[in-house]
Amino acid sequence: MADLVWLIPAFPLAGFLTILFVGRRLGDPKAGYLATAAVFASFLVGASIYIDLLGRPEEERETVVTLFSWVPVGTLQIDLAFLADPLSILMVLFVTFIGGLIHLFAVGYMHGDPKFSKFFLYLNLFVFSMTLLVLGENLLVTFLGWEGVGTCSYLLIAFWHTRESAATAGKKAFVTNRVGDWGVMLAMFLSFQAVGSMSYSVLNESAETGMLAASTASAITILLLVGAAGKSAQLPLYIWLPDAMEGPTPVSALIHAATMVTGGVFLLTRINPVIAASYDWVPTTIAWVGAITALFAATIALAQNDIKKVLAYSTVSQIGYMVLAIGTGAYVAAIFHMVTHAAFKALLFLGAGSVIHGMHEEQDMRKMGALRAFMPITAATFIVGWLAIAGVPPFSGFFSKDEILLFALADSVPLYVVGIITAVLTAFYMTRQVIMVFFGKAQWTSLANEEEAPEVAEGEPPVETHDAHGEFKPHESPPIMWIPLVVLAGLAAIGGIINLPSLFGIPEGGTYRLEEWLHPVVEFGEAEISGTWAYDNKYLLVAFAVAAALGGIALGWAVYLKKRLKPWEPTLFAKGWYYDQAITWFMGNPGRKGFDDVADFDQHVVDGAVNGVALAVKETATQASERQSGYVRRYAGVIGIGVVLLLGWFVVIRGIL
Amino acid sequence: MSDATFLEYVVFFSAALMILGGAIGVITLKNPVHAALGLVLTLFGVAVQFVAQQAHFLAAVQVIVYAGAIVVLFLFVIMLLGVDEAMDLSIEPIPIQRPLAAVMAVGIVGLVGAAVVRARDALDINPGTGIDVAQETGNNDANIQQLAANLYGDHVLAFQLTSVLLIVAVAGTVLLTRKWPRSGDDARDAEHESSDV
Amino acid sequence: MIAAIEPSWYLLLAALLFGIGAFGLLVRRNPLVMFMCIELMLNAANLTFVALATQLGDINGQTAVFFVMVVAAAEVVVGLGILVSILRRRPGATADDLAELKG
Repeated sequence: MADLVWLIPAFPLAGFLTILFVGRRLGDPKAGYLATAAVFASFLVGASIYIDLLGRPEEERETVVTLFSWVPVGTLQIDLAFLADPLSILMVLFVTFIGGLIHLFAVGYMHGDPKFSKFFLYLNLFVFSMTLLVLGENLLVTFLGWEGVGTCSYLLIAFWHTRESAATAGKKAFVTNRVGDWGVMLAMFLSFQAVGSMSYSVLNESAETGMLAASTASAITILLLVGAAGKSAQLPLYIWLPDAMEGPTPVSALIHAATMVTGGVFLLTRINPVIAASYDWVPTTIAWVGAITALFAATIALAQNDIKKVLAYSTVSQIGYMVLAIGTGAYVAAIFHMVTHAAFKALLFLGAGSVIHGMHEEQDMRKMGALRAFMPITAATFIVGWLAIAGVPPFSGFFSKDEILLFALADSVPLYVVGIITAVLTAFYMTRQVIMVFFGKAQWTSLANEEEAPEVAEGEPPVETHDAHGEFKPHESPPIMWIPLVVLAGLAAIGGIINLPSLFGIPEGGTYRLEEWLHPVVEFGEAEISGTWAYDNKYLLVAFAVAAALGGIALGWAVYLKKRLKPWEPTLFAKGWYYDQAITWFMGNPGRKGFDDVADFDQHVVDGAVNGVALAVKETATQASERQSGYVRRYAGVIGIGVVLLLGWFVVIRGIL
Repeated sequence: MSDATFLEYVVFFSAALMILGGAIGVITLKNPVHAALGLVLTLFGVAVQFVAQQAHFLAAVQVIVYAGAIVVLFLFVIMLLGVDEAMDLSIEPIPIQRPLAAVMAVGIVGLVGAAVVRARDALDINPGTGIDVAQETGNNDANIQQLAANLYGDHVLAFQLTSVLLIVAVAGTVLLTRKWPRSGDDARDAEHESSDV
Repeated sequence: MIAAIEPSWYLLLAALLFGIGAFGLLVRRNPLVMFMCIELMLNAANLTFVALATQLGDINGQTAVFFVMVVAAAEVVVGLGILVSILRRRPGATADDLAELKG
């Protein structure tokens, strides 16, 4: 069964090709259903492979399916091969399942859009690339998928390309990703140079057996961290993610919450032996990059007014948690959080999409409020997502976040402190969002009075996607949109079950547990914390984490609902710590100067050298030609002297005398 | 090698005298016609040396072609162009040309001479099948026959190419020396000449 | 009695002839006389060929002389043709006056 792993990318690819040729004819909604079916078909294949792998003993849960030899160049032999092992199949499962749900949601959300089929064309291409990324047996196949998802991200962010801001956001995403890709490419080259292969098995094995020098391992890890920073939107390359909210909400849910942004975390987990084989400061660096990003993004999120921007920064922050986990050697926790985050973040984004849809494309939270009466299902599912992300037990987010904090404390106290503060802030800003949208007083009655379209719609494509209402009233979304919400809410609620900690009498071990499932993949790199103070005081930490979550919620309640405390939303946070502006200034001034200098250098030095050589030759030739006497007899004389010299050499030096 | 006869000596040295005398005449005589006569003397001397070395055919060709055709051609041209006035040989416009020439000539002669003297008893590097000599084979035409067999056998391609070469040379020279009608310079030259007369 | 006339004597003679011809080529200014000096040098080469053919017992030496003569003839024809064309324009020119390559 595992031999059919190639079907997993094949289904979305087939969907892509079909829609490419007949999508326009299929139209709305058949193209959408086709795309959804393709993704769910991949899920079914993935599920059957999962069952197959489950039935094998732990050491044998790995199948490599080679399609063909892709790059056979001398010593560089790279195959297009897929690796079906616990990690990749897990990724496939949640990517295709959640992806499928989002496809379904999108059928409803994009209804009426003139480019309906093209949307699903890109979505299927994206799922294809993502499956390539996670199923890749070597760095190059993963990179192929990596680039593919980057391209689809660009295509989808700039989907409504007639809007200037959308086109710019797409370009920004692509260029920033490219910077990260540079890191991945260098890591690939380094891997080939060090171990002669880009295959994970070879690379990891050389790291495990100690054949990989610590310096090389560190270099590879840092370079892949650069790539991960680009793809997974960490400092300093996170800047594209907030702007990426220009894309349609299903895009934000799928790509920028659940799947693509997890690519960096996945890659780092894949090479965990290499990380373990590198210098000690490398994982510490990874952990701190994640921690600071988490805190940084959380501060910005609490000052945002666009419903999607809050969630975007929240994503950056949560992925920061995952990267922090990787840095502390908690790979299982990172993947656990990745899975739970995928569920609740997709839920939150789709819920936001439902709200936007119901509010007729209004995205500013200050114009919302008291929506839970009008959109009960959306509100209920959104609240489930809120509780999950805040880390309230027994929802899934609590379990995964708690794991991460546990390992953080076992590693270093400052990391833990940053983590806890971020947890509080997370709970706070999510509470703020929920209150502003669903509770409190309705701010949208002014819209009904003025009959003016919300400011968002001014840049929208000319076709109005909804019927104009005589009276502005938010409405619930159609079933095709709230069914995925409900399913995701269920996952977010009970998702913690896949890796319940061994507390309160829950036994350790058990093959259904994520820790056991991922063990063969991460056993070399996973940190061992059973003897630390943190591990021994697990219950205390649990209590602390719950307190942090509830404290954040209470704080948010007090500020925004009860209005007891003044809201604190400094401009610094609202403007994202002026990070974007700093980059613009840098590129515009010192950066520009640098570019101009390089251009000058090229023109004067390089071209000058080339032209200079020609000029010198010409000058010399002119000088030489003026020395010519023109006398034939002189020329003959010189030839004669040459003959004498030659003869002399032969006779005297070589020969006879 | 058998002892040489007295006659062979006489022949060798008189031929050598002719050769060197003619050569010195070529380079020292002021009048080009006299120089041409010196050349003829040299060519005859060389022909005699050829006979002395049993290369009869070549001696005949030497006289017929070189002395008979080429030198005659020289004389034709000298007369045609009217360059038969004597030149002043004492002046030399190009500086250090004469010492240069002397160095060169002495150098060549000296080095080649030294090489020859040293290599006198060297073994045959590539011994051939031997030259057929009339006395030994009893065939009076031995030399011509051997030469012909070699020429038309081993070197027939070169032979054909030389025939092409001769045709090309003739055609080329005719073209070179043609007076092209109606070209501006030629018309002016023709006027100039006719007005001189 | 007396030593035989060895081929090396002919070689020496040819070398001498060649030297004289080379000297003359460099010293004389009249183009036709320079040409004659070239002929001297060619004859020296022919003499060398025949001497070596005799010494080594190889008829190819004599064949070479044959070809040298043919080529010399062709060369004289073309050379004199060129000289005629030049001297027709500039009568009384010497080799030094034909210095178009100057500068």
